Amino acid sequence: MEIAAPPAPKAFEAPSDPRSVARAMAPPSRFGDKAFEWLTLMMAMAVVVLVILTGWQLWRGSSQAIQKFGFHFLATSTWDPVAEQFGALPFIYGTLVSSLIALLIAVPLSIATAVYLTELAPLSIRQPLVSLIEMLAAIPSVILGLWGIFVMVPWLRDYPFPWLKRLFGWTPFFSGPIYGTSMLAGGIIIAIMILPIITSVSREILRSVPDLQREAAYALGATRWEVTRIAVLSYARKGLFGAVILGLGRALGETMAVTMVIGNTPQIAASLFKPGYTLASVIANEFTEATTDIYLEALFEIGLVLFGVTILVNLIAQLLLKTMTTTTSGTRAVQ
Amino acid sequence: MNLNSGRADNHHWRKVKNMLASATTFVSALLVIAPLALVFFHLLVNGASSVSWDFFTHLPKPVGEAGGGMVNAIVGSLQLLALASIIGIPIGVLGGVYLAEYGTARVNWMLRFVADVLNGVPSITWGVVVYGLVVLRFKGFSAYAGGLALGLIMIPLILRTTEEVILLVPNGYREAALALGVARWKTIVHIVMKTASKGIITGILLALARVGGETAPLLFTAFGNRFWNHNLNEPIAALPLQIFTYAISPYDDWHRQAWAGALVLVTGIFCVNVIVRVLTRQRTASIV
Amino acid sequence: MVNLLMANPDPTVVERVERPAEPPPTAEPVPPLTFEVKNLSIWYGQKRAINDVTLDVASNAVTAIIGPSGCGKSTFIRCLNRMHELVPKTRIEGRVLLQGEDLYSSAIDPAIVRRRVGMVFQKSNPFPTMSIGENVVIGLRLNGVRSQKFLNERLEKSLRMAALWDEVKDDLHKPGTSLSGGQQQRLCIARALAVQPEVLLMDEPCSALDPIATAKIEELIYELKSQYTIVTVTHNMQQAGRISDYTAFFYLGKLIEFGPTTKIFTNPSERQTEDYITGRFG
Repeated sequence: MEIAAPPAPKAFEAPSDPRSVARAMAPPSRFGDKAFEWLTLMMAMAVVVLVILTGWQLWRGSSQAIQKFGFHFLATSTWDPVAEQFGALPFIYGTLVSSLIALLIAVPLSIATAVYLTELAPLSIRQPLVSLIEMLAAIPSVILGLWGIFVMVPWLRDYPFPWLKRLFGWTPFFSGPIYGTSMLAGGIIIAIMILPIITSVSREILRSVPDLQREAAYALGATRWEVTRIAVLSYARKGLFGAVILGLGRALGETMAVTMVIGNTPQIAASLFKPGYTLASVIANEFTEATTDIYLEALFEIGLVLFGVTILVNLIAQLLLKTMTTTTSGTRAVQ
Repeated sequence: MNLNSGRADNHHWRKVKNMLASATTFVSALLVIAPLALVFFHLLVNGASSVSWDFFTHLPKPVGEAGGGMVNAIVGSLQLLALASIIGIPIGVLGGVYLAEYGTARVNWMLRFVADVLNGVPSITWGVVVYGLVVLRFKGFSAYAGGLALGLIMIPLILRTTEEVILLVPNGYREAALALGVARWKTIVHIVMKTASKGIITGILLALARVGGETAPLLFTAFGNRFWNHNLNEPIAALPLQIFTYAISPYDDWHRQAWAGALVLVTGIFCVNVIVRVLTRQRTASIV
Repeated sequence: MVNLLMANPDPTVVERVERPAEPPPTAEPVPPLTFEVKNLSIWYGQKRAINDVTLDVASNAVTAIIGPSGCGKSTFIRCLNRMHELVPKTRIEGRVLLQGEDLYSSAIDPAIVRRRVGMVFQKSNPFPTMSIGENVVIGLRLNGVRSQKFLNERLEKSLRMAALWDEVKDDLHKPGTSLSGGQQQRLCIARALAVQPEVLLMDEPCSALDPIATAKIEELIYELKSQYTIVTVTHNMQQAGRISDYTAFFYLGKLIEFGPTTKIFTNPSERQTEDYITGRFG
């Protein structure tokens, strides 16, 4: 490439004072950097402070109840504020059963939907469907509960429940009178609430499976479904399990929608048509009604149990999810 | 030689399985979206007629009387969100800045982990905590207590979204600013955060939409109020709270108003989500 | 010995090469020095990136750093304004003197160093949220300059020095990213010049630009050297031959040879230098 002879260097107007700009600028201070780093660190530590604060407050607020009832609290099923007898077993039972029902309904639907969205759906409808599911996630619990009380429960009482009773009434699960508000209704509404989160996390997990896995299976002549089953789902097993546990964590803590449709009766019954009560619901319903100190402390203790359980479940879920994505490697062989 | 001659015997069956799988998962997707459609449908049918000028301007009528509105609840919710922001935004944003710009890999991993676990804690827990911290100590329900409870929920939410967005800012900008002799903290505040500002704001908006619909933490902090709140030290009405109270009451008129309130609340939340979507689309279009 | 530049002799280029502008041949006294680098070694963790380098950078001249990928050119240039410290776990041995002052003494704030030694990067990076005008003066603003009059003066001066004023003077409010690639790079040069450094470091400034934009930048470098000391990294040997007065050849973290450009390209002392120049490896 030819370059023309460069022009003679232009005569620049020499600055009146070579140091004028340097003087105009303020001297740097190391203080600003250190101070800002400390400030942001303090703010970030807030999350640790929050965990400690919550645990401490819940412990403090339930100390007397813990002293009085000890571990029996978790095993007793009497909840009698008048006689000052408090046992958390009905609520533990209710939380576990409603969450289990919710998982049984939501997990297959969510994972199947996630599979559809990442592997099988035509590209043009993927984004609209994803947006719709995100909108479902944005619906507040109380609004779903409102719909639950006035639309879902009456419908359940009039159609699916009698049908279930006809078919399965011989089992203890579907025996007894049908009220509408019930453990089963609670489970169903929790399922609706956790569908979006399990779907979106599963979707992220499936998307993080390297294409190399899929391509290897395709190259062997597999159909689309077989590729999904062999290359994708088995690779993503751990992460999908993490998504399910995350959904469980959500289910355990679900409050408003459940309170509005589960019937709020502290009892342990085999029949799913009978009303139930969850840990979160009893706090929501009775906290402001607690007239005596011991009553309030018992509720605090329920809060502590709920906190402990959800922290544990979320811990497991996060560990599963985080260790799944770090072991993703494009060179891993098809399993 | 016929290309089909090597086909396995179960080829037809495998194709059928493939189609079945597609169909089943498609139906699943429909079932997942169905509640959304149903909820929306009933909100519109039951609520639209009750969303009137009265609804937005009147206070609730005494128990049992028909009519009235929810203006105090709507305003109360906005006030609570403002209070929550005072705590949630500074702590969340600055904390997210720390995780993105400073710290060591191990410490940051643990902080992120704790934040993610906190994001999964039931919101009613925060209500109980703030009850113990504030309501018992100051012997009364208040807007401050409600705002604090919502603010605490916002902290880990905003922290994570801010961190993610700041990590996306290309390193070239940091280097260019530092090469001019600009202090590190000024680089972060004036260059990095400014570049990430849209993302930070959308994170804040999403957190606001999320806590704006929360009821449980307000049950025994803000408590609710049938009248105007004149002093932030007193109980205050909030839209989700009002909806709950009306929904579980025995009065038909209150049920009708609950539907209206629900429609207003959902519309507000969806508007925020749409704004966020619009902002995010512009951002991806202009990434250099 | 093949002289790469003689392969396609362009009389004007040959004339320039044979009549070096500055400095005069080695018989003359040593020219004033901006940088004195003595036994510099840099480690990234366990890996030694720069190995015992000693060289001097002459004032008001263009020094080119050449060498194959991974030879440490970028690392070296970044330690001239302490930018390599941004990478964690770096360790440095040896000394770097700027106008006789130790750059790495604990008494000096790196920010001051970077105000005196400016840098332009390979990929032009005008700040996306700012206009052209704001981009140029941002260094001054964030360093505490308040006077709008002063800022406006520096704005015009810097853009003129970067040969960009005439093209953008009516568009100063437009976003910095609305310019073409070559203009953006000149904007970055103006931005660096606004804080009035003594030295301008350029890390492969033209590698992302088309030939016409490259030519403009090379022209600019030639004009700027009367006011500034310039050190430029380039993987384009012909460019080094065109614009520089001194050339340093690095290989695998070591300084193989350093001297006036004419000598390096016509009569290098080291075998490796000659092999690289003639393209036997790269």
